[in-house]
Amino acid sequence: MQMPLPDPQILARREEILAGLRGLLPADGVISDPVALRAWECDALSAYRCPPLAVVLPRTTEEVSAVLRYLHELRVPVVPRGAGTSLAGGSMPTADAVILGVARMTAVLEVSYDDRFIRVQTGRTNLSVSAAVGEDGFFYAPDPSSQLACAIAGNIAMNSGGAHCLKYGVTTNNLLGVTLVLMDGRVVTLGGPFADSPGLDLLGVICGSEGQLGVVTEATLRILPKPEGARPVLLAFNTSAEAGGCVSAIIRAGIIPVAIEFMDAPCIRACEAFAKAGYPDCEALLIIEVEGAETEMAAQLARITAIARDFNPVEIREARSEDEARRIWLGRKSAFGAMGQMADYMCLDGTIPVTELPFVLRRIAELSEGYGLKVANVFHAGDGNMHPLILYNANDPEDLARCEALGADILRLCVEVGGCLTGEHGVGVEKRDLMEVQFAPDDLEAQMQIKDVFDPHWLLNPAKVFPLRVSQSRREKRA
Amino acid sequence: MTPQSEAELADLIAAARDPLSIRGGGTRALMLPQGPALSTRGLSGVTLYEPGALTLVVAAGTPLQEVRALLAAERQRLPFDPPDLAALSGRGGLSTIGGVAASNASGPARIQAGACRDCLIGLRFVDGRGRVVKNGGRVMKNVTGYDLVKLLAGSEGRLGVLSELSFRLQPLPQTEVTLTLEGIPAADQAAVMARALSSPWDVSGAASDPAAGRVWLRLEGFEEQTRYRSAKLRARLAPAEITLTEGAASAALWAGIRDLTPLAGAEVVIRHSARPSHMPGLLQLIARTAPAQVLSDLGGGWLSIGCSAAEAPALLCALQTEGARAGGHARLLKAPPAVATRLPGAPPTDPVVARLNAAIAAEFDPRGLFAPARLSAEA
Repeated sequence: MQMPLPDPQILARREEILAGLRGLLPADGVISDPVALRAWECDALSAYRCPPLAVVLPRTTEEVSAVLRYLHELRVPVVPRGAGTSLAGGSMPTADAVILGVARMTAVLEVSYDDRFIRVQTGRTNLSVSAAVGEDGFFYAPDPSSQLACAIAGNIAMNSGGAHCLKYGVTTNNLLGVTLVLMDGRVVTLGGPFADSPGLDLLGVICGSEGQLGVVTEATLRILPKPEGARPVLLAFNTSAEAGGCVSAIIRAGIIPVAIEFMDAPCIRACEAFAKAGYPDCEALLIIEVEGAETEMAAQLARITAIARDFNPVEIREARSEDEARRIWLGRKSAFGAMGQMADYMCLDGTIPVTELPFVLRRIAELSEGYGLKVANVFHAGDGNMHPLILYNANDPEDLARCEALGADILRLCVEVGGCLTGEHGVGVEKRDLMEVQFAPDDLEAQMQIKDVFDPHWLLNPAKVFPLRVSQSRREKRA
Repeated sequence: MTPQSEAELADLIAAARDPLSIRGGGTRALMLPQGPALSTRGLSGVTLYEPGALTLVVAAGTPLQEVRALLAAERQRLPFDPPDLAALSGRGGLSTIGGVAASNASGPARIQAGACRDCLIGLRFVDGRGRVVKNGGRVMKNVTGYDLVKLLAGSEGRLGVLSELSFRLQPLPQTEVTLTLEGIPAADQAAVMARALSSPWDVSGAASDPAAGRVWLRLEGFEEQTRYRSAKLRARLAPAEITLTEGAASAALWAGIRDLTPLAGAEVVIRHSARPSHMPGLLQLIARTAPAQVLSDLGGGWLSIGCSAAEAPALLCALQTEGARAGGHARLLKAPPAVATRLPGAPPTDPVVARLNAAIAAEFDPRGLFAPARLSAEA
């Protein structure tokens, strides 16, 4: 993975830039000590690291605006950062960039149950948005697995999903409005707690733009009444093809569960060794969750298990108590931790049409064997969003190179069968150089024209999303 | 001009020298054509339909009725239940799926299933440079690159001509039930709908007729769900007088609300979007300004207002002023072309946002081929 060389002129002016920033923010809002900066040298894609020029931690939209206006005048690149949980390197800095973190902007600004929305500062974590309305019976639906730590700002930048988006949609479907600070410091409001806004749907293009169009400081989010109850069922199969067929049959029968999670044998065994959830030893496992009142859940689960019986299940395990439900989810929720115990891993995020599931799993197994690297699969089967985990040794550069090559092959496979490179993690630096696999030159050009409009000097998170060669002339226009 | 393929469409646009008037079924456009009509009707048919993956890919000129019939045969539907405005506009014509997407046309189901833009997962279009661009795809979770799908949905052809669309689908529910509440004063209707929508029972439609004192709430799902939920909802809304309508009768009722059938006699129809809790104040504002007939939907978040051509300017102006003050947006759904051209559009009130709109339009349509008179006021 390559990053452009830092701009020597900016590096040479570091002291001047720091002094300018200190004039705009309270003393604790600018971090420049080289030891302290190490904490910001990477995000959750920890294979790639680089300390930034400086970190600023504003507390208000006005402070964000002042900082951006200043850095815009000096043509200093800015890397926006929420909680730094990006798996795609979305908030990975460069040596000549200032990280603008919204972690100190965590206030709840407004809650309306009549109009069913909450307005928050975007440094607030995903889970604490739900917590703010939970006692009153509401929740915020998108639930990325990092929800305890990840910030709404990052959720918006990456258009985050989660396990329950089959029913509730992803971030963009639950985002009603934003306050956006443009790179030149101008502040705009897009959308709001109402259905339609005039003009083009700029809110729709801001969501998922990976911090390249502006910094979102406030967000209006849709909140929903909590369901009366939720209950999982675990279905075990001898083959991935049967599990995949079962998923399609459930959907064809008109049932939309809130979640359909899939785990394959390597993943099941690792989770079992780690979390001891009591999973059956099988080739493929589905966890399907339904919601509603007691009688409704019972009826839905009866329909689902009746369909599953056509696919030769090894075991059907219904949760008869809270504790049994917790145990069914336990293994799935500790999957990434379990993998981390065994080896370093790279987590991919391609999406495929659900009907291609058996074929893609077979091809991944062949590729895995060819490269001599183990791959475990755990993913959201209902919407085809795969998470192959490639196990490798991060201390061995050759292993990392092979892992990257295998990852690229798997993502190419996802695109070949009609899917995409990333379903919920974002492109960042990780999938940047594969974008031409999915998009023709005109498709990428059209996207870059949007960045030209919002950030003409390409200062915001510049070396991400688009292949370096493709964005080169635009980035070099900066000076 | 009726190109028969996307490539032909691209050639036509690349060669165009003067403004073009993009036409689907002609059931939604308000303005008189600005130049030669460019019809999408030659781009018709289903590219891919995978019921097991809840995915449909369809050419933009395909009639909405055909899409509905195709999906219904597999017991599926478009989740956002787009309105067919042919009857409202009084012009007849066959609404196309491209026209639906270009206007982000969505029905009462939007309150639960999202708008057209939320169910649109991919598209192809030809921009004003004659360039074919694709964005999104055919899978429902996709964050690869910028989301131009949302930008194009509802853009009313300002950036280009849609050629192909991919939608996420929904199974048709086994049953549906409508609870009709009578004798609810107009000022209380939004609060009653909010009470239902704040319940865990997945209300999939919440509309009202303020003048008639009537509120409609819809439940959909398996038979045991609608039975259980309608009993719970009835208890929550007690002591209101409630009647139940089921099956085809319920579906017909919501089709009328969706297509604004009760307002078909009005010369002009305005739709105002605002916070549902603002509905009582907005009803007073409308009553003070002009005689009008109002239908509310999305729990009070949408007010559709029928009035005479003579009263329309004052009403539109009052609503736009209120929208700028309290948050919200008024737009025309129906007006005779002669009236529509005289009425102000609704430009983004923030000049910075207006400039962003204009700059994006200039990138994709540098020659202004698709700039209608009304939208050009935004530039």
